[in-house]
Amino acid sequence: MTTSKVGNGAVSSRAKAPTRRELYEANVRRRATRIALISTISVGLAIFFLVPLAPGWEAVQRSFFNGRVFAATFPGLVEAFLLNVMIFAWSAPLIAVTGLAIALCRDTRAPALFPLRLFGMAYTDVFRGLPVVLVIYIIGFGVPGLGLPRPWNSPYIWGTLALVLVYSAYVAEVIRSGIDSIHHSQRSAAASLGLSDRDIMRFVVLPQAIRNVVPANMNLFIALQKDVALLSFIGPVEIFRQAGVYKSLYANFTPYVGAALIFLALTIPATRYADYLMNKQNRART
Amino acid sequence: MKLIASSALALMCTSVAAFAMGEGTCAAGKTLSEGTLTIATGNPAYYPWVMNDAPESGEGFEAAVAYAIADKMGFSADQVTWVRTSFDEAIQPGAKNFDFNMQQYSITPEREEMVDFSLPYYVSSMAVLTTQSVVDAGAEATLDSLQGLKWGAVATTTALPILAEVVKPASDPLLYNDNADVNAAIMAGQIDAALYDLPTALYLSAVVVDGGTLLGQFPPEQSENPDKFGLLMEEGNPLRECVDAAITDLSESGALAAIEAEWLAEATGVPVIK
Repeated sequence: MTTSKVGNGAVSSRAKAPTRRELYEANVRRRATRIALISTISVGLAIFFLVPLAPGWEAVQRSFFNGRVFAATFPGLVEAFLLNVMIFAWSAPLIAVTGLAIALCRDTRAPALFPLRLFGMAYTDVFRGLPVVLVIYIIGFGVPGLGLPRPWNSPYIWGTLALVLVYSAYVAEVIRSGIDSIHHSQRSAAASLGLSDRDIMRFVVLPQAIRNVVPANMNLFIALQKDVALLSFIGPVEIFRQAGVYKSLYANFTPYVGAALIFLALTIPATRYADYLMNKQNRART
Repeated sequence: MKLIASSALALMCTSVAAFAMGEGTCAAGKTLSEGTLTIATGNPAYYPWVMNDAPESGEGFEAAVAYAIADKMGFSADQVTWVRTSFDEAIQPGAKNFDFNMQQYSITPEREEMVDFSLPYYVSSMAVLTTQSVVDAGAEATLDSLQGLKWGAVATTTALPILAEVVKPASDPLLYNDNADVNAAIMAGQIDAALYDLPTALYLSAVVVDGGTLLGQFPPEQSENPDKFGLLMEEGNPLRECVDAAITDLSESGALAAIEAEWLAEATGVPVIK
């Protein structure tokens, strides 16, 4: 009783006038904000005025930030970017499904299914260990080289397969970490309720596991968005290749800057969203 | 009349002599390091432009031309040093590590705004590299037939704009990093044909691509913007006038044509595309 009285008294006094301590703290905060602002502005101004003083600035500007080349190439780059979005759009669901399947392979517990577990382990080890470019070359040129007729030798098909192979290995590991994060007492509890192994996985473990790893998977999909550009090695003219074509046409690197801006326009919102999900999850946990 | 002619001839002789003398000193103080001429080529440098990836031997068309130009500019063979650069290194802003760069750079007005080119030392035909199976399937050396093929090209070359302007293929071409990747795509059947400069195409069809063959060529006379190879230099390089003078001299004396005949002689005999 007495404590609540004191509490009430404090609330009513705060409503009237700020205490000396609060005034002091507000003052400290304002001062900190002011200093941060001044420091940021001076660093910005220093960069803005000092970099152009460098003797080679004009040449760098002409090669990397050339307005004329930028205007001439940007529409073509945006058009080429649609191909990136398309490849991403059909790769992402395939990667999610394959990754889940591999993760489940690694989680099988029946002794008879040990070969499946071995396969899952070998798969993740091999495809996480290989450079993406190498897998794209081997699958993208190698498989069609076996003599497949068109359109089954398309670089889009085999390039996509290469991306799926590599990225599903990463996604599988992330999902497996999610599965491992569910305490096994939950499995025991579900089993004692009479659920089958399959149902335990489907109704108890996976729903929680997947939810736990959504932010981590978002990061992988942001990385995938950039790695789609590697398909250009085997033919498709996506944004990175288109920028390269413009580069050699104009002998100028500005198209790459344009391509980078387009990538950022997509990846920054995606990264912010991943952060938002992660924060939300952390808040929910505490 | 005779007097006028002979005095004109004398005048010409003296001017040529003065020109020749001026050439020895033209490059003085204009090279990266005094007394040496630093020439860049590709890494690797390809046949028949440079034989065996060894430009120092002076064997291969570009290696031979390089030494001929150096000679005209007053540099002996052992005053020439070679460096290797990629295309991107050649166009990057800032100081270059070569006096001029020689790796089949096509002269275009767009590139001319960022770097300097010498006068052309070679005008190339473009040739269609394909495989025997594509020819057996009915591909012919006519524009109509070519339009229906699936095309590929090296992304950094001028083959692409030529493809778009002259052939106008029905489906978008696939593009690759370098010759090796284009050849892999041809052999995998992902593309039917690729556009190269004629000497490179001849080499690839004969040596590299299994069952490779040349369907035909677009001779430079047919094209509005034929593929002209020039030496690439940093913009505003004062050496350019010396190099241009040397190239002019070489082409007027027929020396350039002789080098071309020596290293690029096979180029005749490929059917012309109609």
